[in-house]
Amino acid sequence: MLNQDILQRWHRSEVVLIGGSAGSFKPIFRAVKGFAEGLNKSVIIVIHRKKNFFSEIEKLFAENTRMSMREVADKDVIRKNTIYIAPPNYHTLIEAERIFSLDVSEPVWYSKPSIDVTFESAAEVYGQNCTAILLSGANQDGAEGMLKLKQAGALTIVQDPDEADMSEMPLSAIHLGAAHYVLSNNDIFELLKQ
Amino acid sequence: MDGIPAYDSLTTPQLFELIDLIKRVHGFDFSQYTKASLKRRLVRIMQFKKLSFYDLKHALVNDQAMFQEFLEEVTVNVTEMFRDPSFYKALNAQVLPYLSSYQHIKIWSAGCSSGEEVYSMAILLKEAGIRQKSFIYGTDINTEVLKEARMGIYSLRKIKSYAENYQFTGLPGTLTDHFTILYDAATIHSEIKQNTLFSVHNLISDTVFNEFQMISCRNVFIYFESDLQEKILDLFYKSLCPLGFLALGSKEAIRSDFFRKRFKVVNQKENIYQKIGA
Repeated sequence: MLNQDILQRWHRSEVVLIGGSAGSFKPIFRAVKGFAEGLNKSVIIVIHRKKNFFSEIEKLFAENTRMSMREVADKDVIRKNTIYIAPPNYHTLIEAERIFSLDVSEPVWYSKPSIDVTFESAAEVYGQNCTAILLSGANQDGAEGMLKLKQAGALTIVQDPDEADMSEMPLSAIHLGAAHYVLSNNDIFELLKQ
Repeated sequence: MDGIPAYDSLTTPQLFELIDLIKRVHGFDFSQYTKASLKRRLVRIMQFKKLSFYDLKHALVNDQAMFQEFLEEVTVNVTEMFRDPSFYKALNAQVLPYLSSYQHIKIWSAGCSSGEEVYSMAILLKEAGIRQKSFIYGTDINTEVLKEARMGIYSLRKIKSYAENYQFTGLPGTLTDHFTILYDAATIHSEIKQNTLFSVHNLISDTVFNEFQMISCRNVFIYFESDLQEKILDLFYKSLCPLGFLALGSKEAIRSDFFRKRFKVVNQKENIYQKIGA
């Protein structure tokens, strides 16, 4: 259920972070389709992706959203009403000046991009002006980063593990105490339309 | 902040204090490195070594071995042979035909780390039949990784992942054709090693040392702020022969207006450029 606290924190967020791995494509796609036209926030999506495979994700998202869509490149300025997707084989970080920087250092939880890396750097830059959503996945990437976000005052939402195709990622965040709210898919999509 | 252990975070003023200290004590200037990544590397060191900010500061000043470790950690040395196979395909199709018209081809791999890119390039040139007349210089800020580069020995675990990249390049045979494998290590063939030279060069403080037909500097700019990138573009511009090629990482486009006029785009997706007059 979307309460007043969730809505308030959502409305003050400059940026929406979405993290997911196996089983997260469908909910992310639905989210991308559902974002309101005048959202006035930046959306940053980190999905675990394999290198060397040309992916149609960006194209598919771009054709199905009312927002601009861009794969992150080094030193891109983070703009409102734009959906950014982290490129494969790099970690995506956020600088204090609200620009992206990339990093090719070792994978975290076998993943590059790692959700933890982006979430942790967003926690430093955005603090409470941020909403983060962690979805289905088969490993624990994202949980630590989400905890940092929560400690920094961001709104942290985890997909109900019972509704996730792979429950490990949401469960890890819940066990770590990183989630303010565990929401059903319907509630999550309802929030993103606000 | 409550609940965060002392060695799990670094404030921005603390980061600047460390940068300043390292510059004064060791002469390395990290002031124009991207801060988010630099901070993350430092926090990793603090976590591994269980050091507080004050311990770290002390160790960086007084412990040379610790400083060397720091240097290795912050100058990210993760690299792959044939990273981004589509880049090597583009080189093969759009750059090598042009390079082969030169009597001698000099190539500079800047920020070469443990040498993977130099050897990838060497294999590519060999398959194109122009290896004999080419010379590849690999440079890095870090002396330790250059030792690895000179040896040209890589673990089988790594080779397995590099071989996967190789399959996507469309080059003939397999990557391991160019290696001798013994137990759990693979050594690059000496004919690939020929005409390569690895030496220390600091992109921030060192200058032009030769004239090249191609410079490759991939996934190095991501660690530099825009002003520093521009300074190094100037170094590359001066180090290239007329119509020489510059290859940056696939996410590192030239953004500066000044240099966009001085480099023509050869391949937009792979960020391959060619030096032109202003």
